[in-house]
Amino acid sequence: MNYNWNWGIFFQPNPMGTGTYLDMLLSGLALTLKTAALAWVIALITGSIVGVMRTLPSKGATWFGFAYVEFFRNMPLLVQLFLWFFVLPEILPRAAGLWLKQLPNAPFWTAAIGVGFFMSARVAVQLQAGISSLPRGQKMAATALGLTTVQGYRYVLLPMAFRIILPPLTSEFLNTIKNTAVAITIGLLELTGQARSMQEFSFQVFEAFTAATILYLLVNAVVVTAMRFLERWVAIPGYITGK
Amino acid sequence: MIEISHVDKWYSPSFQVLTDCTTSVAKGEVVVVCGPSGSGKSTLIKCVNALEPFQKGDISIDGIKVNDPKTDLPKLRSRVGMVFQHFELFPHLKIIDNLCLAQEKVLGRSHDKAVTKGMQLLDRVGLKEQAQKFPAQLSGGQQQRVAIARALAMDPIAMLFDEPTSALDPEMISEVLDVMVDLAHEGMTMMVVTHEMGFARKVANRVIFMDRGEIVEDAPKDDFFGKPRSDRAQKFLSKILSH
Repeated sequence: MNYNWNWGIFFQPNPMGTGTYLDMLLSGLALTLKTAALAWVIALITGSIVGVMRTLPSKGATWFGFAYVEFFRNMPLLVQLFLWFFVLPEILPRAAGLWLKQLPNAPFWTAAIGVGFFMSARVAVQLQAGISSLPRGQKMAATALGLTTVQGYRYVLLPMAFRIILPPLTSEFLNTIKNTAVAITIGLLELTGQARSMQEFSFQVFEAFTAATILYLLVNAVVVTAMRFLERWVAIPGYITGK
Repeated sequence: MIEISHVDKWYSPSFQVLTDCTTSVAKGEVVVVCGPSGSGKSTLIKCVNALEPFQKGDISIDGIKVNDPKTDLPKLRSRVGMVFQHFELFPHLKIIDNLCLAQEKVLGRSHDKAVTKGMQLLDRVGLKEQAQKFPAQLSGGQQQRVAIARALAMDPIAMLFDEPTSALDPEMISEVLDVMVDLAHEGMTMMVVTHEMGFARKVANRVIFMDRGEIVEDAPKDDFFGKPRSDRAQKFLSKILSH
């Protein structure tokens, strides 16, 4: 292999005039973090709602939850992003479609929402499993005390269910961060996108992707550590993995 | 206080769990429900505060119909205390918070008032020192006493006990029964599903014997233990009293 290693490349100016190549990668990292954060908020909120719906006694609610989850988890993420980005503006009424196409930062919003919905189906399934793993008597006890269904979920079922699914939720959070890389296909210059343009400008493909890999690793290491702290912080004394 | 008349419950036409159950619990009365497992006694007591739906018949508490769609069930349930076989304390809440939750969220009491009331009841069941602990740090007998205190904190007009000692180690049964005996002596209206015939002899006014979803016998305590009229009750008694 004939390859010219050049680790100094990161401190050379990039051709965009936005500073060094390192600056380029860091701006990509910032966009990755922003996209992932918004996507995770969407995934957590909608996933929680849908997950709860799947456990309600109402047939309509469970059916909606089922349809939602199967829709979003049975299609490749890439296809979903293309649907939101290329197809949706075309099938909407002309004016709305045009507005969508001209939206500033369209790749960012599409990626955040697309990844968010995709991940929300996974959060929903986990939360449903968490709720179902609680003894049936917990809900009965809450009901027998006079708590309404909403109060029962809010004060009794969800605090326990979320504690139980915290470890798998950590994995989903990491997946959310990694999945934002797919947004490169709709032109979002996040970390993977910037690594790729660095490669195209400088031909230092190994350096570019080594740096991107390390940055992804670092971010995920921070998330894993933070989630471990959270797990320990909310642990219940005397209960399974409690303190 | 509790009127149960001609209650039928089935999961499917071929799977009937309650057949024409009629009985009542007067104010201040203690009624013990016994019978072999699968006889429907737990199901019947859960029908009383509408934790289980039933298909035919009527149940009313203090003149309010449980099976009337217009009834405010959470409000009605908050006036009837219930104690479960597996305690069903909320594991993520401290003991005192277990007692305060429904007082605050359902009855709208202030936190201070709820705590005062809670501590008073914990004192009564001999667990004042455990207030700041979590359920998993207590023994089964202690947890069940907390569960009784939690139900009493709502100032119930009647108490339902669903096999309150069946999940306890033998040496813990008496500490729970002592609390229940005290309660009975104070004039609490109680419906108790239990196999503890010693408890029944001591405090019950009436004993109901159920088998295969039917109320086979409903007699004053002395009559029941003196000479049950039905063969099935006699057989049941001879089996559980012979040891």
